[in-house]
Amino acid sequence: MLYREAGQFKTTYAEDMAIFPIRQDRIALAILLGIAFIGVPLLADFDIWPFGSDYLLRAILLPFLILALAAIGVNILVGYCGQISLGSGAFMAIGAYSAYKLGTGVHIPLAWFDFAISIPPLPVLLAILLGGLTAAVAGILFGVPSLRIKGLYLAVATLAAQFFFDWVFLRVAWFTNYAPSGSVNAPTLDFFGLHVGTPIERYLLCLIFVTVFAVLAKNLVRGNLGRQWMAIRDMDIAAELIGIRPLYAKLTAFAVSSFIIGVAGALWAFVYLGSWEPLAFSIDRSLQLLFMVIIGGLGSIMGAFVGAAFILILPILLNRIPSELGVPLSTETITHLEFIIFGSLICYLLIKEPHGFARLISLGKEKLRLWPFPY
Amino acid sequence: MSGVLYSLVALGFVLIFKASGVFNFAQGAMVLLAGLALVRSLDLLVTRGFPLWAAIILGIGFAAVIMAIAAWLIERFVIGPLVNQDGLTLFMSTIGVTFILEGAAQMIFGSDAYPLRLFPTDAWFLFENVFPGGILVNKLDVWGGFIAGILVAGLAIFFERTKTGRALRAVADDHLAAQSVGIPIGWIWFVVWLAAGLVALVAATVWGTKLGVQFSITFLALKALPVLIIGGLTSIPGAIVGGLIVGAGEKIAEVFLGSYIGGGIEYWFAYVLALAVLLVRPQGLFGERIIERI
Repeated sequence: MLYREAGQFKTTYAEDMAIFPIRQDRIALAILLGIAFIGVPLLADFDIWPFGSDYLLRAILLPFLILALAAIGVNILVGYCGQISLGSGAFMAIGAYSAYKLGTGVHIPLAWFDFAISIPPLPVLLAILLGGLTAAVAGILFGVPSLRIKGLYLAVATLAAQFFFDWVFLRVAWFTNYAPSGSVNAPTLDFFGLHVGTPIERYLLCLIFVTVFAVLAKNLVRGNLGRQWMAIRDMDIAAELIGIRPLYAKLTAFAVSSFIIGVAGALWAFVYLGSWEPLAFSIDRSLQLLFMVIIGGLGSIMGAFVGAAFILILPILLNRIPSELGVPLSTETITHLEFIIFGSLICYLLIKEPHGFARLISLGKEKLRLWPFPY
Repeated sequence: MSGVLYSLVALGFVLIFKASGVFNFAQGAMVLLAGLALVRSLDLLVTRGFPLWAAIILGIGFAAVIMAIAAWLIERFVIGPLVNQDGLTLFMSTIGVTFILEGAAQMIFGSDAYPLRLFPTDAWFLFENVFPGGILVNKLDVWGGFIAGILVAGLAIFFERTKTGRALRAVADDHLAAQSVGIPIGWIWFVVWLAAGLVALVAATVWGTKLGVQFSITFLALKALPVLIIGGLTSIPGAIVGGLIVGAGEKIAEVFLGSYIGGGIEYWFAYVLALAVLLVRPQGLFGERIIERI
């Protein structure tokens, strides 16, 4: 009854091509954005549980937003273009470290020419975006093998990127400004003279980034480029036959995806972690992102959000439940139990719903449209 | 020479890929499970006063039973229901299996590092009278090579000569066609996972003797992936040769190249080598040529 588009007539082409053609979807999205942009800060301001504590903002909402952004990036590559990547963590690291270098000033001495390239410290916003751009370039380089190989072979090729960059940021001291411990601190976060420090400010900053990139991605995947990617994913030879250039389509997918992942990596390092080591972007991070995309739903922007929420909240719940129920368990047992439950859930979801939560949601929508008379 | 060890893990990968088309991410976790089951039961039996030889036989038997149970559970509850799904889904499900196995193995058998002493680890000096110093040969490596050789011969005979082996190759070619001529696909997959589990057990005995049985074994097992790419995903001899190339290559690179660019390149050398091989010869050195049909 509530969710039905009967009577919503489209009188212009623009209306027909809108991102959200159904009015109820638009209203739901507006409410969601309203809650995210105005509701949460207000609740936090008035100290209303649970928004009053920093814990929710800092430990749940902030990582959720940033990882959802990264998952959108991964989804473009894996879900829309069908190229498996196990190297997303490396591209996050590239984004983070190049943003760090650009944010603190680059100095490359060229001893042979008696000359040095120096770039003064850039504003943080510019550094983050350029960090994404660097990741995009690296993405294109490591995307080149995808023109010859596909599927699981490509997964190993991206694994090479992961391990190589793990090593580079651990061993090449130039990237960490010769920090003795290998861990680096983010520059202070000033945007156009505004200082971003408190959890709520950090939250809003990430929210803006995520909203902008989600809208961009959503538009991109339903346009010409997105359709090329999907054609390549569904059958690359057939796509080539109807005039889609695989070189262009695959490399743009790698570039766009790595750009978004790189920006997410820079945000993760600057806004969430503050100070970090290469370990923050290890192979575990890549697998985590891949899980988010698969569980959320391949080829769905909303799926990235659902998957990120699921993967983040599940371990927190698993940690909480035994102590809430009063079952005494050692931390070691809990960690192992977490592994088992996590693995079982993934297998269960893959068996029951291989298309992820996004598919469940769209099924639910279909049901709602016919409700209460499914004839 | 850790190359032989890489080969042993890679063999497990190849087995499963050949027979079910599944890229088995869980092989490392299976090595961990087998190693932990073996070492813990050995400890228990020895403290109960069993003679060492009986303890070893019983321990290996126990670990083999554990692997069989694991294989049955995986086939019954994870891979079985996923018949006809695409490769990506199956691959993801084996990552899920990895998590389950790692958690379960450590919860049941403990999560410390346990030393394992099955093979001698001291060294021989060969050709000492030919030139001074001679060649240092680790006995463990000889054992490892010996075992790998037997495994390859055994597996080759199993694949080529036995009825089950032939059924297995049929399943790999085409699930539906194999089912329609009456090959029980569930049973075949159980056999495959069991075989992979037993290879994991063998790998665990050798690796455990070298490094102790501990969680980091699962990470080293990831090295088997580039080994596979170099050798070819469908070739058993390829797994052995690939393992030797990677094992020797990364040591040589570390010694000759590592000192110039900061050291520690063992960590990624195998992967970058695999990347280079992929660009030149995507099917690997011994793999079957990948033919695509529309």
